[in-house]
Amino acid sequence: MSFLSYLANGISLGSVYALIALGYSMVYGIAKMLNFAHGDVIMIGGYVVFVGVSNMGVHPLLAILISMVVCTILGVTIERVAYKPLRGASPLAVLITAIGVSYLLQNIALLIFGSDTKAFTNVVTLPNLSLFDGKLVISSVTIVTIVVSIVIMIGLTLFVNKTKAGRAMTAVSEDKGAAQLMGINVNGTIALTFAIGSSLAAVAGVLLCSAYPSLTPYTGSMPGIKAFVAAVFGGIGSIPGAFIGGILLGVIENLSKAYISSQLSDAIVFSVLIIVLLVKPTGILGKNIQEKV
Amino acid sequence: MKKKVLSVMLSVAMVASLLAGCGNGASGEAATSETTTEAASNEDAAAETAEGGTFKIGGIGPLTGGAAVYGIAEKNGIQIAVDEINANGGINGMQVELNFQDDELDAEKSVNAYNSLKDWGMQVLAGCVTSACSIAVSDKTAADNMFQITPSGSAVDCVATDNAFRICFSDPNQGIASAQYIGENGLASKVAVIYDSSDVYSSGIYEKFATEAANQPFEIVAAEAFTADNKTDFSVQIQKAQDAGADLVFLPIYYTEASLILTQAKSMGFETKFFGCDGLDGILDVENFDTAVAEGVMLLTPFAADAEDEMTKKFVETYKEKFGETPNQFAADGYDTVYTIKAAAEKAGVTADMSVSDICEAIKGVMTEISVDGLTGEGITWTADGEPSKAPKAVVIKDGAYAAM
Repeated sequence: MSFLSYLANGISLGSVYALIALGYSMVYGIAKMLNFAHGDVIMIGGYVVFVGVSNMGVHPLLAILISMVVCTILGVTIERVAYKPLRGASPLAVLITAIGVSYLLQNIALLIFGSDTKAFTNVVTLPNLSLFDGKLVISSVTIVTIVVSIVIMIGLTLFVNKTKAGRAMTAVSEDKGAAQLMGINVNGTIALTFAIGSSLAAVAGVLLCSAYPSLTPYTGSMPGIKAFVAAVFGGIGSIPGAFIGGILLGVIENLSKAYISSQLSDAIVFSVLIIVLLVKPTGILGKNIQEKV
Repeated sequence: MKKKVLSVMLSVAMVASLLAGCGNGASGEAATSETTTEAASNEDAAAETAEGGTFKIGGIGPLTGGAAVYGIAEKNGIQIAVDEINANGGINGMQVELNFQDDELDAEKSVNAYNSLKDWGMQVLAGCVTSACSIAVSDKTAADNMFQITPSGSAVDCVATDNAFRICFSDPNQGIASAQYIGENGLASKVAVIYDSSDVYSSGIYEKFATEAANQPFEIVAAEAFTADNKTDFSVQIQKAQDAGADLVFLPIYYTEASLILTQAKSMGFETKFFGCDGLDGILDVENFDTAVAEGVMLLTPFAADAEDEMTKKFVETYKEKFGETPNQFAADGYDTVYTIKAAAEKAGVTADMSVSDICEAIKGVMTEISVDGLTGEGITWTADGEPSKAPKAVVIKDGAYAAM
């Protein structure tokens, strides 16, 4: 019974990672850049909801919508100001800029909200699921997070494969120059990618903070890194891969905490990552792309 | 042209971020200079009576960051003691000046703060607030032979150098005292521990608790650790405690993680008793925290704000009047620190023109001889190792406030 409980909690943690990893993977897949500021956009999303619900008494659903709008604007602005001018620059320059943006966001949050921990109010008010006469309690946040992750994953996959804008994204990701020649607005497409990724970040922020109700300016950084690992694990650039990678990462982390050592769980998680990458360098669902030299 | 505009924007953003960084520092400085002027104006008022010059006490602690509750409370407690002493003629006729610096719970920043306090002319250090910072700074104070007394640095190594003393219990003492308290009062027969293995405070308490538990009528059924990088999800640790049938969970950790553990335990349907040490103090001040979750949590602390003695009542009243909240034990630790410095400095006959090293030698010599009646204990005495001897008190959280048990 406790195994099931560990598993459920692992999936819950994993689905938060998955949700964040979706944003990471999508931006990487299309813009070919690691947006390290993604974790901090999540943190901003969390703060917007916190201020809305706790300080201004806005309805949680409305607060989430506002948060999505704020994060979308933030994501697009970051892309315009910090990343777009560097589109022709070396990938390293863009990577360093992303790290810079990440610190900028953390420090802005530090200035505005201070560094004291805020206890986040759980926005999921559904009752917990109790199975086997209460021996196995799965919190409603867990269920909502899993459902939301799956819905978003399916939605994104359909969007990328079936819609015109989504197909444009695939085209841009494969060859920017050729896509432009075919009449695709490359800048617009990348901006759209950031917009979607950032609004997902707002949702991830709300679910992350609802499951683990403490909010500080650094809330996003560790889950951000773990989600990046999950994205690499599942095959970066692949949407279902990000989902599977996230869930696996959460489950491995929780089970190794439960059965091996609660101190060594991170070491174990990262060892698994190294082994997976040694065996399959592109990640679980990654495609082998032959680079022409 | 477009590129130019963008590059201008980028550089503006960069400058803005730089300024943002500076802004932080500047406001910190402004706050410090405010305290100094406050002390200075007190000094002016009393200057006619005081002939002995000034005595400069420095303080270091987190005024922002994850442990800000501790640092701010301690600074306030120290301030009250300093104001009282100055109003009553100072130490040996010297007016006391206070300069309290922020370290954001970062050992490196703590050392920087120490260096700037030294430039300011600090003669005695009342700090640091937290263990790791205190240890980092004690290397420097030992080299400079500056007298250091930490109000709440509880790790063993905080007083490893012979110029360093403390007001609070050490971690081993807290671990032993907790085990004894749980055992003697029959609070539980099966105890689970959740501790932070990456933190010297938490693992120090846990080790002694585990050793002492062998002599007590309860057994430790689960000992689960977490680390600084992994402190949001406690479901596994709670689950293991629950599976082991623990009727009490011992939390020798700080309040931020404790608030998460309490919330998660509740959502997992784990109803049990929780017992903690002084690190849990401050849990009621976490913004937006549902204090109902913390109802019934017991903690070992040297100070209870609702105690009936005259001294505590007066302190609580002054604190509420000045800072608008009920003081916690860190405020009391800070207050006692200043009075301990006063008692030792008076006994040793410290004067303002003595060098830092001479002051240290003089105070060190009398620390084992003095006895201080403070907020955190009556007749506190010290050993040459720097350890205080006093009796712990247990408090319980009742109706969203600390109450004596």
